[in-house]
Order: sequence, then structure tokens, then C-alpha cells
Amino acid sequence: MTASAILAVDGLVAGYEPGVPIVRGVSIDVKQGEIVILLGPNGAGKSTLVRAIAGLVPVFAGSVRLAGHDITGVPAHRIVHQGMAFVPQTENVFTALTIEENLQLAGHILPASARARQTEAMYGLFPDLGRQRRLAAGRLSGGQRQMLAIARALMIQPKLLMLDEVSAGLSPKLVEAVFAKLVEIRRSGATILLVEQNARAALAVGDRAYVLAEGQNRHEGAAMALGNDPVVARLYLGGMAAARGRSANP
Amino acid sequence: MTLQFLADGLVMGAMTGLGAIGLTLTYSILRFANFTHGDLISWGAYLTLTLALLIGAVVPNGGSIGPFSFGWPVLAAGLIAMALTGLLALALDFLLFARLRRRGTAIIMVIASFGASLALRSLLEFLFTSEPTYFSREIQIAMPIGAGIHVTPDQLCSLGLTALLVSAMHLLLTRSHTGRAMRAVSENPALARIVGIDVAAVIRTTWLLGGALACAAGVMLGLTVQIRPYMGFDLLLPLFAAAILGGIGSVPGAVLGGLIVGLAESAGVQFIGANYRAAIAFLLLLLVLLIKPTGLFGVRA
Repeated sequence: MTASAILAVDGLVAGYEPGVPIVRGVSIDVKQGEIVILLGPNGAGKSTLVRAIAGLVPVFAGSVRLAGHDITGVPAHRIVHQGMAFVPQTENVFTALTIEENLQLAGHILPASARARQTEAMYGLFPDLGRQRRLAAGRLSGGQRQMLAIARALMIQPKLLMLDEVSAGLSPKLVEAVFAKLVEIRRSGATILLVEQNARAALAVGDRAYVLAEGQNRHEGAAMALGNDPVVARLYLGGMAAARGRSANP
Repeated sequence: MTLQFLADGLVMGAMTGLGAIGLTLTYSILRFANFTHGDLISWGAYLTLTLALLIGAVVPNGGSIGPFSFGWPVLAAGLIAMALTGLLALALDFLLFARLRRRGTAIIMVIASFGASLALRSLLEFLFTSEPTYFSREIQIAMPIGAGIHVTPDQLCSLGLTALLVSAMHLLLTRSHTGRAMRAVSENPALARIVGIDVAAVIRTTWLLGGALACAAGVMLGLTVQIRPYMGFDLLLPLFAAAILGGIGSVPGAVLGGLIVGLAESAGVQFIGANYRAAIAFLLLLLVLLIKPTGLFGVRA
């Protein structure tokens, strides 16, 4: 672990029921300003890993450190105060609350002045949301909902932003828009850990990537190199990337 | 034909609505139908009665205020009793529901609340007997307010207090962080934790508020009708009808539902017969569940 590691996960074992670990000894780290991608087939334990890091899934062994502080086993609502923001895959906004209320609620741990400033900053970053602040989040389209979920997470100016399959169910055009937004967010100094099924699009914006399989580390490396590795591509990244990998290596 | 049933229905409906707010909040946040809510209403009334007697004994010349049948000892006792009933609800959660919540399902919670309801009610009968009692034996003269309708000052006072409490609750839920947090937990407890809300604290607040409002409804019921150990339990069906009619989780819905149930009941008494009073709330409840299970303002069934 280097001094600049924002997130350091060491030998993490976690799962929903005691004796049934889904994550079985995973170690990853994310450095200041990086976008790190977490890949792997369905059931590899990616979602469980990020949910355990966020304090939502019981940890049986190993440790999680956020900016040097041990947050292993700290309940989710306390971890937020340490600067961790998590966007779950589904049901990631409060549909009965307005856009403004969603942001205000997320910003409740900030002082009032910072909360107001951050809310305006989010409307600047996501002009679509700023135009309809009083609209119930349940009436937003899929893409706008994901944008609100990301804005909600960014309200606390997190040290680490974790997103679980943020592109799931979005059209290719919207996926592109979401990823472009993540690059923009990173430029402002954020550190991002991204779980993705959509490997090709994710590797294009990521710095490094980890491939998980059966709850364990399988591969890791620079995003570009991993995307072009024909073995990794064929096994874990699906047809498109595999085809590209082969054509690069005739 | 007399229009008196409108006034009676409105007064009864306001109290039903007030009681239904607590029910709808606990239902939407704790996700089970809490049968003890009726008994919290009765306990609120008896706690107020006991405290008012104590205050009256210590500080004499309580008398009554203006045209009302009660004096400031009842008002002061009511306020303290609201806090105590809230604490009683909290104690119930600590002793019973919190333990079951960790591993039980909703149906276990419902049955447990049914048992707790029985115990709370029997305890009241043991302590105070099942004889009806009153805050004051003073007979109030109903004033004519036109169209052949008469109301007592106490009834008007109950309506006013209900309006005040309902507005305060609505502001709390829509304007304060506590209220937003309660609505957030009601919709999605997991996401609430992710945004940093202490769900256990929100549940405690819900019990406190629900208990306090139940007590307020009990005091008003005691002022305008009578105080008996079954007063709250007998109101349970209209309470559920009001909460479900208004849409689970909605405060304005619970109040509107209460008014509709109250007016329908008193219209039923007027036009069909007093024997059918209880059937009317039941009929309304069935109709809502069949036609619009999410209620008037509800977001989910």
C-alpha cells in the first residue's frame, strides 16, 4: 500500500450469511485521482465487494482502509462521514422525493452553507437536473436518474466515489454520456471505483482494472493493457473486446 | 332531516385522522400494521387523566378555561402525557419489536403487536376498571352555529388542535431534515443508510411522534366522548380504513381519510342506523382495497 492510496482493501472476506463468503480474500487499491474498473463475470462477487466496502455487507475477515483510516465493519451510515460515496446499481434515488430533496438529504452531513454551494455545483455539473429541481425523482428517465444518483453521491465531495454498474439498462448513447461525465468528475480531482459489465466502454475511461472471478482476484493491470490482452478478453470481457484483441494480434 | 351528522362526523373524523397519522407513519417506516396503536390512544387518555388529577391535587383552583369543560391542568397533563406515550411506544419497540425486526417477518410483528395490544388493554382495565370515566363531569351546552347544527366548545377546540397538529406534522415531514429522512427510510431503508441516515434513530423518532399523536387523539376523544380502556381499540378499524384510504405514508392522506371515514360513519348512523356504524368503516376499507389499494395519496400498495 502506498501513501497515496485512497482505498486499500486487503484480503477481504465478506458475504450476506455467516459461513457463506461471496468475496473470498480480495485485495485491491485505488490511488488518489484514479479511475479503477472492477470487471468479472456474473457472480464474481463484484457487487458484494463494493457493498462490503460501503459497509452494507458483513465483513468476515480482512480490512478496508479509506484514506488511511480503518473502516472495516463500520456501519454504512457512519462510513459516509469518512468521505465514501456509493451509487448502488438499482433503486439509487428516492423516487418520492424531488431532485432538490434528494440532493439536500445527501448533503445533510455538510454545514448549511457548504450544502447550498454543493447543490448549486451539482446543478452546474448536471444542467438537466437544475432545470427541474422540484420534479419528483420517480418521474425522471433512466439516464437522468443515473445522473441524479451520481450527483447525490458527489454532494459530500467524497474522497472515493464507488459506482455499481451505473450503465446497466442505458442505451449506448447514454452509457457514453455517463462515462464522459465520470471523466469530467475525475478531472475535478475525484477518485473513482467503477464496477462494470460494459467492459469495453469502462476500460476506455479507466486507468487500471481488476478482474475478479469466483470471489477472488484473477487479473489486474493498466486498463488499456487488460483490454488488449486476448486471454482476459476472451474469458471475461465478452465478444467485442475479444475480437478487437485478436485483430490487434494477428 | 338534520345536518347535525355533518358536525359530528367532522369532529369524529378529525380525531380519527389524528390517530391515523401515527398509524400511517409506523406502517410506512416499520413496515407492519401496528395493532398497539389503538391502545396507545387509550393509554394517552388515561395518562392525561391521571396526571391532570395529580396536578389538580397539588395545585388547586385549576378550574376550567373560558367556555371549555377542562382547565389548564388537563392541557399541561396532555402535553406531558404526549411525551410519556411516545416513550411508551419507544419502550414497546425496545422490548418487543426491535428484537423481532432483526430476524422476524412482517406477519410475526403484526401478531406480536396484537398480543401487546391485548396486554396493554388488560393492564388499563386492571388499573382503572372498565367503567367509563371523564376529564370533567361538567355538561357542555352545544351552541347553534346555523342550519340546525349544534357544536360544543370542546368539539371546536378539538378541531382547532387537530388542524394545528396536522399542519405541524406536515411541515415537519416536508421542510425538515428529520422529515425528509423519515420519508427516505420509508421508501428505501438501504439507500437511506448509503446517504448517511441513521435508520435506528429515524425509527425512534417515528415511535415518539406516533405515540405523541396517538395520545393527542386519545385526549380529544376523552374530551368529546368518554374515556374507557377499549376506546382506542374500538377505533382501530376506522384508523386503518383512514390510513389506507389516504395512502400509506401520507399525512394529508391520513387526515383526509379520517374525515371521510368520520363523515361516512355519522351519515350511516343518521340514515341507516347506529347498529351499522362499525360496518361502514369496514365497507370503506374493502372498497379502497378493491378499487385503489394505494389510496388517495399513496405511492405503493
